[in-house]
Amino acid sequence: MKLSLIARERIFASSLLVPCFLFVVFFALYPVSYSFFLSLHKIILGLPSLGQSFVGLDNYRDLFHDQVARHSLSNTLLFVFLSTFFELLFGLIIALVINRQFRGRGLVRAAILVPWAIPTVVSSQMWRFIFNDKYGLVNFLFYGSHTSLYAAWLANPLTAFAAIVIADVWKTSSFAALIILAGLQLIPDELYEAAEMDGASEWQQFTQITLPLIKPALLIALLFRTMDAFRVFDLVFVMTQGGPGDSTNVLQFYGYKKIFAEGLMGYGSTISVLVFFITFIIALFYLKLIGTGLFQEKQ
Amino acid sequence: MKRALFHITVFVIVVLSLLPFLWFVNTSLKTSLEITSIPPVFIPSGTVRSYVSAIKDYNLLHYVANSVYVAGATTVITISLSVLAGYALARLRIKYKGLLMGSLLLVSMFPQISIAGPVWRILEGLGWLNSYQGLIIPYVTLTLPLGVWILTSFFSELPQELEDAARIDGCGHLQTLLRIMVPLAAPGVFTAAILIFIYAWNEFFFALLIMTRQTVQTLPVGIALFQGQFTLPWGEIAAASTVATVPLVLIVLLFQKQIVRGLSSGAIK
Repeated sequence: MKLSLIARERIFASSLLVPCFLFVVFFALYPVSYSFFLSLHKIILGLPSLGQSFVGLDNYRDLFHDQVARHSLSNTLLFVFLSTFFELLFGLIIALVINRQFRGRGLVRAAILVPWAIPTVVSSQMWRFIFNDKYGLVNFLFYGSHTSLYAAWLANPLTAFAAIVIADVWKTSSFAALIILAGLQLIPDELYEAAEMDGASEWQQFTQITLPLIKPALLIALLFRTMDAFRVFDLVFVMTQGGPGDSTNVLQFYGYKKIFAEGLMGYGSTISVLVFFITFIIALFYLKLIGTGLFQEKQ
Repeated sequence: MKRALFHITVFVIVVLSLLPFLWFVNTSLKTSLEITSIPPVFIPSGTVRSYVSAIKDYNLLHYVANSVYVAGATTVITISLSVLAGYALARLRIKYKGLLMGSLLLVSMFPQISIAGPVWRILEGLGWLNSYQGLIIPYVTLTLPLGVWILTSFFSELPQELEDAARIDGCGHLQTLLRIMVPLAAPGVFTAAILIFIYAWNEFFFALLIMTRQTVQTLPVGIALFQGQFTLPWGEIAAASTVATVPLVLIVLLFQKQIVRGLSSGAIK
């Protein structure tokens, strides 16, 4: 039997896709459903003799009444909101600056990429050192050599939270800037020239031309930054360990602690499922908002 | 006046981007006395004591070797698989293309915690905790969406005529891909490779879970867990941080165009 050309192309295409999707299915999609399965059981890592008994939705009921989990959820949402807001704001400013022609532009662009490239663990240690209570730079900037006034920034709930937001904004504003910059570069110069002839002020040009036209880029930057902020972990692990008193505890860190530090595989998995669904819904919402032709099929 | 304001803004952006890290590099070149002194010492004595101690007392070079191996292997494997999948998604007739691309996008947004427990259990079952392949497999899975998306966008920009010509000359599908299309998409391959390498080099969450034995840990885990006897060994942490970051800064300086292109490809259409 001879296969048609199209059928042969289909078979070839499928065989190219198999290795990639084997990984995706076995180590991403299957684990997500496995998390859901685990969350319906009582499993304690340190006590394998207990086995895994089915407990239905008990873990979810416990999660609902878990004050620390609630606190971690509100911390995570606040962190996502604050960090994405400032990242988009600074990203926009940086993008507007780099979009101009000036000498040394390449170097400036390289400079803003440095925070993006630094490992998060490194930037976390760096900010932890800068916020250090005894010899940190922040204390010196505020209080000079009056060591008696020095504050333990990371031991105060409010300033510890602010420190984590600052560290995140410092590291990832440049990512937002690059996405927004790509949007800016698509705007034809003629639009601004025409607006100038009509006597539009710079501010009017910005609000009437620039902002509407970079809206898709802003939304994409917002989508990526939101998803990424949701999985904040490194900063919290290194800088505060969720403290003081759970004031910087976030869902990903709390789930990690439950599963791997306390060994509560079943209960911890409810947090995994919760985080998954929250991010899934947010992603769907944004993608609907963006609605690009990303998924067009070749006919 | 306006020009001055613009230049000041540029200056502030550059200083804020670089200064915090330069301060850490500066710290890595100080003696322990200089590190804790108030007011801070702005010009370090330039001692390499912290580097020597990081290597001798904290096995810095082991971490570096582990990181090079894991990030390198991840990059090679992910790129190979992404070339195949990206070509198929961009140039061949396939069903459910939207679904496949969408599922990759979904995976790229997974919070690590949503799969951490099961991945750990699977690896435990295979006896692959504390092994390189145990870390490389999740890394490949999590970087595939990035690689496939970038390469799909590069492949779909290549002209159809070259492919047709190769077909007419009697090249099979696979030959066309490997001999004609891959060399043409080399910039895309390179761009994707840089981003995947950076991801794997920097990843901390899975490295922390999977590598509990010190001999197989990667740099981020080492840097996060450095402990001194009484106080934190800031000099050593700063030295190891500098070692972990310098390759990345070099990559950024040399290949910023590719990085910018890669980060915004697929994002803006």
